[in-house]
Amino acid sequence: MIAHLPALQVVIPLLAAPACILVRGRDLAFWLALVTTWAAFLVSCLLLDQVMASGVISYELGGWAAPFGIEYRVDALNAFVLLIVSGIGAVVLPFTPRSLLIEMVGEKAYLFYCAFLLCVTGLLGVAITGDAFNLFVFMEISSLASCILISLGPHRRALTAAFQYLIVGTIGATFIVIGIGLIYGATGTLNMNDIAERLPQTGYNRTVIAAFAFLIVGAAIKLALFPLHFWLPKAYTYAPSTVSAFLAATATKVGVYVLIRFLFTVFGVEFSFEVLPTAFPLMLLAVLAMFVASTIAIFQDSVKRMLAYSSVAQIGYMVLGLSLVTVDGLTASMVHLFNHALMKGALFLAIGCIAYRQASFRIEDFAGMGKRMPWTMAAFTAGGLSLIGIPLTAGFISKWYLILAALAADEPLIAALIVISSLLAVIYVWRVVEAAYFRKPPPDAPAGEAPLSLLIPTWILIALNVYFGIETSLPVGVAEHAARALMGAGP
Amino acid sequence: MVDFVGLYNYWIVVFLMMAGLYLVIEHGNLVKKMVGLTVFQAAVFVLYITLGKVRDGTAPIVAEGIEIYSNPLPHVLILTAIVVGVATLALGLALVVRIREAYGTIEEDEIGDQDGPAI
Repeated sequence: MIAHLPALQVVIPLLAAPACILVRGRDLAFWLALVTTWAAFLVSCLLLDQVMASGVISYELGGWAAPFGIEYRVDALNAFVLLIVSGIGAVVLPFTPRSLLIEMVGEKAYLFYCAFLLCVTGLLGVAITGDAFNLFVFMEISSLASCILISLGPHRRALTAAFQYLIVGTIGATFIVIGIGLIYGATGTLNMNDIAERLPQTGYNRTVIAAFAFLIVGAAIKLALFPLHFWLPKAYTYAPSTVSAFLAATATKVGVYVLIRFLFTVFGVEFSFEVLPTAFPLMLLAVLAMFVASTIAIFQDSVKRMLAYSSVAQIGYMVLGLSLVTVDGLTASMVHLFNHALMKGALFLAIGCIAYRQASFRIEDFAGMGKRMPWTMAAFTAGGLSLIGIPLTAGFISKWYLILAALAADEPLIAALIVISSLLAVIYVWRVVEAAYFRKPPPDAPAGEAPLSLLIPTWILIALNVYFGIETSLPVGVAEHAARALMGAGP
Repeated sequence: MVDFVGLYNYWIVVFLMMAGLYLVIEHGNLVKKMVGLTVFQAAVFVLYITLGKVRDGTAPIVAEGIEIYSNPLPHVLILTAIVVGVATLALGLALVVRIREAYGTIEEDEIGDQDGPAI
């Protein structure tokens, strides 16, 4: 059983997805999905534990040996990403049965759970696989499933948002396939580790450089790196809040994982950063994302769209960390990956609680929300503080490590920019807090707290934000371990 | 010159790829966007198949007298990619149907005009 954990990680949700359709019943499908996501979470905990204790796990799918068969390769980096994806899935799913979304789809809810599990499968698959083409297939599974999830939003604009996501996502994925095809042409293998070993021998010819360009641009579209982020705000704004919470916390994180995997493991530090000058453009785009997206977020009327733009900015921090090309920078990047999943998940879930009472997310309709929905708004504020990076929250830890990494890499300007861009986050979070606590609610405004089944998942994520703001050994320990392995792979 | 003409498959790939991408970006009609996307993906299929071709090679079948044969792996990969492409097309067209029901049009500009400010 233990030996087959890597396969189970993907197979359990993959098999449960069609089972949801077979059982039909709305509640039955929910419980099935719930048990599945918790089982997946358990598996990823066990995998992480095993990796940290005894090193890299290599699993030959179907017993076919590595370069020919598909290999699932779990090291500290992907065990960490698996934990984020399955953990967020396990927390977000209990939120769904009372959320607006399920009440809208009614008896067809089992289809939602099927799509949700397929999305989880795809994201876990991308993270766990050691085979480049397999990665593309899983990426498409997750992207098609999340497209369905986005289209379920209450407003008809969710449909056009989902369509745009489909088009842009497919272009991104196709770029990745082109890259994989070219690299296969150059090296004759699809196993990522094998590619990494063979690349220095084949030499860095034009095919390899073209493959690199296609892969990095494809991954940048998938993770919504500025200026390829245009699909993201629309998708997250019009998707159901539960889906926004799940996707904001996992989908772009897996995109960042793919970028890190290709830059550091497949092409190697030497080729990615010494032969080609990749670090500077990435750093520039990351800083632009931090500033431009945060500034756009300040001027949004819709709180949900504001959070979506803030996600683009936060992705900037993650890419900034890895563009330093140091162990510290990568550690900071991965710690932020983890912490941002917690804070954005919590914030979007709080939005989901608000959606239970009112349809509008405009800031002026948040007037008096602190009185009308005290627990929800307290959670939103705590999540916002974490987003800014106030001490004792997870957000502070990420910013702290990022700034330390920038200083250690002798980039004081970057460290200053991180601090300044955090101030922009203060402004956009404050606008909501100001409306919620210092403005009188309109007399006819809907009031009353969201049900407990919505509040509990939200507060679990908030509690984790505080917990990982104080006790950092898990994310930092794993991230450092992973960063050392990634940098050690190169010279 | 021989190299230039000899690689004609790749030139076709590049042409199809650019044509598909251009259709996706340029057209406001959602169905035409899907057509463009399919052409774009088809270009990648041709790229893979071309990569697998070995000069003077035959079909990769185990039989007597066959020494040189094309690499079958890209063919298998592309079978998977075709399935993915079909799924994408189906989902995209389903969304277009839903968009048409909701807005009464599938022209991007006309859809954009119908909605007020963001919620």
